[in-house]
Amino acid sequence: MDTRQQSKIIYSWYGKPTNSDRKLRTLQYKGILIKSERSRKERCIQLGDFVLVEGENADQPFVAQLLDLYEDGAEQKHAVVQWFSHISEIPKNKQKLLKRRISSQEVFFDKVSGYDTDIAVETIIDSVLVIPLRLKDELPTRLKKEKIFCVKQSWDGKCFKALSPHTFSKLNEANRKEDGIPNSFNSFVPSDIISSAKKETKKAGSSATKTKNVEMEIESKHSASKSSLSKKRHSLRVANGIKNPTARKKLELNSPTRSPKSKLLEQEDIWALLDDDCDSQLLKPTAIKRKVKFTEVLSSPPKITCANDKLKSVFGTAEDQEVLSGTLRLSPYRKLEDSNEKVRSLNMEVDAIVLTGHKELGSQSPAVTPRSRRTCTQETSTRIAEQISLLNMLESKEEEDFLSSSDGSYSSSSEEEDSDVSCTPEKKTKPSRMFSTPKSSRKPSVHTPAKTPRKTPLPGTPRTPRNATPEIPRRSHAAQKPTSVLEEARLRLHVSAVPESLPCREEEFQDIYNFVESKLIDGTGGCMYISGVPGTGKTATVHEVIRCLQRATEDDDLPSFQFIEINGMKLTDPHQAYVQILELLTGQKVTATHAAVLLANLFCTPGPKRKTTVLVVDELDLLWTRKQNVMYNLFDWPTQKHSKLIILAIANTMDLPERIMMNRVSSRLGLTRMSFQPYTYKQLQQIISSRLNSVKAFEEDAIQLVSRKVAALSGDARRCLDICRRAAEICEFSSQKSTDEIVRMTHITQAIDEMFSSPYIQAIRNASLHEQIFFKAILAEFRRVGVEEATVQQVYRQHIALCRMEGMQSPTVSDILAICARLGACRLLLLESSSKYLHMRVRLNISQDDVMYALKDD
Amino acid sequence: MAVTQICMTMVQKMLRERLCHHRAMGKLFGIDQQYKHLLELLKQTTVCGESNSALIIGPRGSGKTALLNRVLKDLREMKQVKENLLEVHLNGLLQTNDKVALKEITRQLHLENVVGDKVFGSFAENLAFLLEALRKGNRTSSCPVLFVLDEFDLFVHHKNQTLLYNLFDISQSAQTPVTVIGLTCRQDILELLEKRVKSRFSHRRIYLMNSFAFKQYIRIFKEQLSLPAEFPDKAFAQKWNSNIQLLTEDKTVQDILQNLFHYSKDLRSLNFLLMLAVSNVTVRHPLITASDLQEASKQYRMDSKANIVHGLSVLEICLIIAMKHLNDVYEGEPFNFQMVYNEFQKFIQRKAHCMYNFEKPVVMKAFEHLLQLELVKPIERPSVRSQREYLLMELLLDNNQIMDALQAYPNCPTDVKQWAASSLSWL
Repeated sequence: MDTRQQSKIIYSWYGKPTNSDRKLRTLQYKGILIKSERSRKERCIQLGDFVLVEGENADQPFVAQLLDLYEDGAEQKHAVVQWFSHISEIPKNKQKLLKRRISSQEVFFDKVSGYDTDIAVETIIDSVLVIPLRLKDELPTRLKKEKIFCVKQSWDGKCFKALSPHTFSKLNEANRKEDGIPNSFNSFVPSDIISSAKKETKKAGSSATKTKNVEMEIESKHSASKSSLSKKRHSLRVANGIKNPTARKKLELNSPTRSPKSKLLEQEDIWALLDDDCDSQLLKPTAIKRKVKFTEVLSSPPKITCANDKLKSVFGTAEDQEVLSGTLRLSPYRKLEDSNEKVRSLNMEVDAIVLTGHKELGSQSPAVTPRSRRTCTQETSTRIAEQISLLNMLESKEEEDFLSSSDGSYSSSSEEEDSDVSCTPEKKTKPSRMFSTPKSSRKPSVHTPAKTPRKTPLPGTPRTPRNATPEIPRRSHAAQKPTSVLEEARLRLHVSAVPESLPCREEEFQDIYNFVESKLIDGTGGCMYISGVPGTGKTATVHEVIRCLQRATEDDDLPSFQFIEINGMKLTDPHQAYVQILELLTGQKVTATHAAVLLANLFCTPGPKRKTTVLVVDELDLLWTRKQNVMYNLFDWPTQKHSKLIILAIANTMDLPERIMMNRVSSRLGLTRMSFQPYTYKQLQQIISSRLNSVKAFEEDAIQLVSRKVAALSGDARRCLDICRRAAEICEFSSQKSTDEIVRMTHITQAIDEMFSSPYIQAIRNASLHEQIFFKAILAEFRRVGVEEATVQQVYRQHIALCRMEGMQSPTVSDILAICARLGACRLLLLESSSKYLHMRVRLNISQDDVMYALKDD
Repeated sequence: MAVTQICMTMVQKMLRERLCHHRAMGKLFGIDQQYKHLLELLKQTTVCGESNSALIIGPRGSGKTALLNRVLKDLREMKQVKENLLEVHLNGLLQTNDKVALKEITRQLHLENVVGDKVFGSFAENLAFLLEALRKGNRTSSCPVLFVLDEFDLFVHHKNQTLLYNLFDISQSAQTPVTVIGLTCRQDILELLEKRVKSRFSHRRIYLMNSFAFKQYIRIFKEQLSLPAEFPDKAFAQKWNSNIQLLTEDKTVQDILQNLFHYSKDLRSLNFLLMLAVSNVTVRHPLITASDLQEASKQYRMDSKANIVHGLSVLEICLIIAMKHLNDVYEGEPFNFQMVYNEFQKFIQRKAHCMYNFEKPVVMKAFEHLLQLELVKPIERPSVRSQREYLLMELLLDNNQIMDALQAYPNCPTDVKQWAASSLSWL
């Protein structure tokens, strides 16, 4: 069996074209068949049905109603849908308008105009049930835990309205229709697959939580079914779409694997051991029992959702597979629900459930499992390493078991090899681990898929605190409020204080604002490069623009967007940029290479209903790599048709694109550039005044002095504010008694001197006598030789001569070398390595004139 | 008056602690202004939650760490500060790259990804975690964090200066209040900072310059040696203190101190000298005398290489003298063993009566001993091909050192001394 083929999902039209448009060359259909080739299961979705559509985030598929299905001239299958919005898709500030609690099952009839209603058929995941309800109605309690949605209100981007009677009835009608038609007709399902698949899901289920309470676990999986379903889909897609090692890995985690070929590596033992554990628990319940449990599921409350959540956080990406197996049962349950209403007899009901359940399971799970086989093998090595030590002691025992059972599982190993071929080299290097469950030898069926051995935290091991929250402890005493005018001024002048507005950057602000705004309105992407020396307000201006835009979206003037920011200096490696962007976008934590693939997928494939993303890349120059692939990708995405990505790149040098970027990168960056000039003294003056606002703490002249001084030096606003703050401190310090002192010119001058005076001259003046003589000796030697470099020996001789002239005791060579080393440590001198002893060469780190000036006065 | 052993032990212990432990409560001399500035700065952080950054710059032994420790000690005693300040101490010599530094910061802050003493996660995760933690805080409610970066100049060489950028960036943005204090002896430290890092640094620099005059130096000397009033044996303390007072007025002591003061103004060298003197104090010899100090000074400021020369054999001395003459003749050009041997042979031939004529291998052996003592150093690495006799060498002694050592050399033959004075003396 070829595993790769099987996981393909085939979309084909249901029935003959109902209508055709000659002009547009479209053919319309009334339904579509979704067939998973592997499972040979088909599902028919008809016009008016409700469907789940893949979103950018695998956790959160969109809900929509199918309005139209057609095939265009290029034989692409299209669907026209009516969107429904989940509560999480509605902006936070608008959620408040609802004034009631929204259950996670509630969706809103979407009337927002901005979204593309024409989607590719391939993005449809599955059908789903949406029930229209009156505003006051509650979702029937028995439906609460089911995977269905209810709709009460419509949402037009600005406010919520009750459903109009027309829409209501239309939705109702659609529902009724759906009930009537059995939307899954299936053929041939081998009975052994049924049983094994059932077992498989069971095992997977309990491995998640590791309790014996099987029903509970099924429940938990069930409640998470929406997300998991789309996740499965997501990963399937990625896996099908060629190279995605990590996604494959995920799938494979779910694998039933017994291979005799596996080498006895330590890790294997771990897995095998865990496997073992699970098996012993899971194989106990009889088939009949299981059937009964399916019915029980209906009434038991969904308690374990949280458990599932927790798992998710603990195991990161690996938990997908868990859920995956759970999702397989989504449709049976819904159907079950339906049948519940109709069928009177309990027995019959049970039968129906079991039947549908089997069908679904039998057809679906094998489709997934073979592929997933290897993932168990390739868990990240770090995790494995953690456990190795623990399991080492159990190794020997495990080994025996392993050997005894390895024979029975040969058949699956050939498949194993098949799938190996397609795997990337990176993966190949890892040891492929297979599972042999010793107890499985009892089982007659060779094909019995083993469940994923879940890695469970063993008690007593210090584990990586994955869910640690980054937090600094709170202070025990409240922070003091500023008491005097000067303190108030100091706080206002701190660079961190966010001013009400940014003066002096109005023009730049407007340019950036217009750029982003136009792109937002157009729904396109673009890049802008912003340069300027440090402290000229680049980042502050961009943040201000974003704040304004966000305010505008709150007022519904602009379509909403997602804002994310990365900083090259806050990354340990340029490739970490992918990881951070992805995490900020979707909350997923993955490796850099995987993140790159996911992001490319996200930005390069048409995603319906995706918000525009505004990405600020600060300190762009640090994203430089030799191949420049990070920069290339960043600037390539906005040029993609569907990306809806706006990038604002910030760096210091104006000619960065020309200087360090390859042509293909700089060309993608485009020519939308802006450079921030250093502040002039007037602007600096305005900045200080606006920050101080009404606080009268500075003399006008004092402010002007600072501004002029800084403007002449660098135009760095940070420097300017720092000087002012220091001056305020000095002022505060000097005037302990009189409280209403304000900062004057003298304070400013003192602060400037403190910050900008060269320390060298002071350092020389405060040096000891011999150190000063040493400087003199150096100068004398330089003059004698005519070269600005001398050996210690030469200087030493000069030094002794000078000492004799002054009638001082001459120092020993050790003393001289110590002096030399001291001055070298201060970097007043530049020295060679000290191993050369007397032949070490000495140079001055300051000009001779400075030294002379410093020595002259005494 | 009998001085008990216990009393002596206490004196020793007290003074040694004062002289050696620069982090103990030691007094600060001549840096009141810097003390006030730093205290004020840290108070702003802890009390008002204001972020700051500063560098303490001063030559080695000028009391940078002592100042900081003193300020921190005083700060911790304040009511508003108690339990209100998290401290992170890093040292450039220990945290040699950002990865290590980051782990250490996380560990010292006891963030939640620390279990026991281990920090989990990769470098990137740790950085993201720490930044996230600090970003979450705000001025009024988060506990201020003090970062002390000892040997600050070494952090500058970390890749991209990521750590410094982030620390300074936090100190300049509305996040958890932090204060970054760097300690360094390099005066050119600001030139080493990357422009973005430099812009984020507040440019507060606290200089420690040893800027005191000799009079203050003597007072420091006195205070360092005086016993405190709470010393149990009052009578002895009084006696000791009056002796110290006498010492400060003694001419020899003043000369010794003056000499040391001219050589180096830092207090560490003074402490070292006093340490040597204090170690001589015993029950039989209960008070420090001027000669103790003189002895200590001599010991402290001894020339290390000249010391080695004292232990050499006459043959080795002769070789050194030969090299000295070669240096004089060839103006410091390198020489090889053969040249030295020839020079030595010339001397032996003239003055055969005073020296036994050693054979060449013996002389070679003596020469190699000098090589091992690093009084002579080969210019290039010895290779297999070149013969040992012809390896080019340099003498690591100055003429003055040789002459001084000869003066003090016991039982040096007169002829050798004469030869040393002039290469032509045998004529």
